[in-house]
Amino acid sequence: MPVRTLVEAVNDALRTEMELDENVLVLGEDVGTLGGVFRATAGLQDRFGPDRCIDTPLAEAGILGTAVGLAMAGWRPVCEMQYDAFSYPCLDQLICHVGRYRWRTAGAMDFPITIRMPYGGGVRAPELHEDSPETYYVHTPGIKVAVPSTPADAKGLLAAAIRSPDPVVVLEPKLLYRTARDEVPDGEHVVPLGEARLAQEGADVTLIAWGSMVNVALGAAGEAGADVEVLDIRSLKPLDEETILASVRKTGRAIVVQEAPRVAGFGAEVAALLAEKAILDLQAPVVRVTGYDVPFPYWTIEDEYMPTPARVAAAIRHVLEF
Amino acid sequence: MAQVVPAEGDVRRVIGDGETVADGAVDGLDESDLLALYRQLVLMRAYDERSVVYHRQGRIGTYAIYWGHEAMQVGSVYALGADDWIFPSYRESAIGLLRGMPPETVLSWWRGHPAGWWDPRQYRVASICVPIATHIPHAVGLAWGRKLRGESTCAIAYFGDGATSEGAFHEGANFAAVMRAPAILFCNNNGWAISTPVSAQTRAETLADKAKGYGMPGVRVDGGDVLAVFEATREAVNRAKGGGGPTFIEAITYRCAPHATADDPSSYIDPERVERERANECLVRFERYLRRLGVLTDGLVEEARVEALDTMRAGIAAAEALPPPDPSLVFENAYAEPPPTLGDSF
Repeated sequence: MPVRTLVEAVNDALRTEMELDENVLVLGEDVGTLGGVFRATAGLQDRFGPDRCIDTPLAEAGILGTAVGLAMAGWRPVCEMQYDAFSYPCLDQLICHVGRYRWRTAGAMDFPITIRMPYGGGVRAPELHEDSPETYYVHTPGIKVAVPSTPADAKGLLAAAIRSPDPVVVLEPKLLYRTARDEVPDGEHVVPLGEARLAQEGADVTLIAWGSMVNVALGAAGEAGADVEVLDIRSLKPLDEETILASVRKTGRAIVVQEAPRVAGFGAEVAALLAEKAILDLQAPVVRVTGYDVPFPYWTIEDEYMPTPARVAAAIRHVLEF
Repeated sequence: MAQVVPAEGDVRRVIGDGETVADGAVDGLDESDLLALYRQLVLMRAYDERSVVYHRQGRIGTYAIYWGHEAMQVGSVYALGADDWIFPSYRESAIGLLRGMPPETVLSWWRGHPAGWWDPRQYRVASICVPIATHIPHAVGLAWGRKLRGESTCAIAYFGDGATSEGAFHEGANFAAVMRAPAILFCNNNGWAISTPVSAQTRAETLADKAKGYGMPGVRVDGGDVLAVFEATREAVNRAKGGGGPTFIEAITYRCAPHATADDPSSYIDPERVERERANECLVRFERYLRRLGVLTDGLVEEARVEALDTMRAGIAAAEALPPPDPSLVFENAYAEPPPTLGDSF
């Protein structure tokens, strides 16, 4: 099996799905001639032409808004948002239309739109290049959200998103674009939405993470000196509740690791799930290790913001000693 | 070429005033077309006037009145081909009637009943867009997407003067021009965005001037003149289908009715201007034109009126005869493949 970086796996998914379905097209800023600022779409315009790998004007709401019309014309648009925080202008279209249009047609028309973007911090970039916006998307009815943490999942989840009849947002951890290298199946490879991945088996405490926080959780598991289970939930909506509940039933302790700001982040949703459905299994409070309710910091001090293996290890000790 | 009588600078007009301004004519429209346009105007007027009554009777909810906008809707849709797509705002909520949509569908929409949803492909009429201007990129995307498939069709998006202040208007217009999308951006400039006059929306001399900045033609037309609207739209349709890209049409009228049934315009609107405009509204202008041409008789007027009112009576009866919607519909249709926990809650 070939070894690819995470961003190469994204490219492989796009290429594979565009080969398989001539209705799939890619649009975004600098995705064509340049191949994307991270080269996620490299070579696609050469292979599929400028009508299927389309350089657009610099307008995120226009990209997603025209994608709604493209979907109505029978295309399966894959929209690239150049960076996490640059996607905010497209929230207008996402909330007002993308998540609602199928419902508005009484289910007559599907809107198989994929929105993919690099997200997250730790890359020493200027302001608004390091956000973790998953909660905005996951809170929007009609929208599904996937966050891979491995190259194979980056390919498989993106393929599932493109094939989904529902709109899906795929957040790709840019910190891992070139640092994560692993085996990725050639050809068709689909990871269904809604299935968590057991990243490491353990008996004492469950760490629940997604995206680049999965590696932080795995690092903490090594530091903590305990038998730690790590779940990579991969798909925030639909969420694999069964796997999370089964793990916590086994370990009795749960920690959610989230890079995004704390208040009402997706970690709070996981904690609420455990409070509602697992409280009698718990031997300690559910703990969140998160970013803070501040703008993502200037990059010289960004490490103070990011959850680290040390912070997660401290949380592990806290719940084990509770 | 159409014979167009210019008036008020570059505002296109065909219908004269019966005194100092002579009537023009539009090539390609015969007597049956003129009478078809008349019947459509009467139907659209009946829908609007009856809806205000139905609202007062508690039979529909809040309703966005389009009285005086009928010529813009009828004239432009008449210029479209059957495969061309329409993207309405709430001001054009009943525009589907011009494509054979039954009035009970639109009345159900205003009654908050799920029977008011439709399959856009059935009528080539997109869903009614409630937020301002955000459907313009949809129309552009559809037009562009069908062009990519090699189809010769176009799409028209309707929006008001206030919408030209929105970012979505700008992004949609710019995409349309850059992609040479076969799209028509139809602005019904009725002078008001609820209480905000167009002079508070822009410092541009005209809204059509904005088109120049996008590199597309901008046309001004008398929005109360159904023939001028038809002619301008036909020109835009031909440009779109001929590969010439999008057109911005600014149709000018004056809002003679409240923004919606919930609005009281007395605090901001000039009642004398309203009275003057109402005396010269689009239906009566076309009626007088047809009488001057000698093609409209009292009998035809009465027939069209009765037919339209009968259609509305049947429409409201059909809407009110619908059973209450199944509450389980709350959980339907948002997803093709719903998350398993969709209905979770106490």
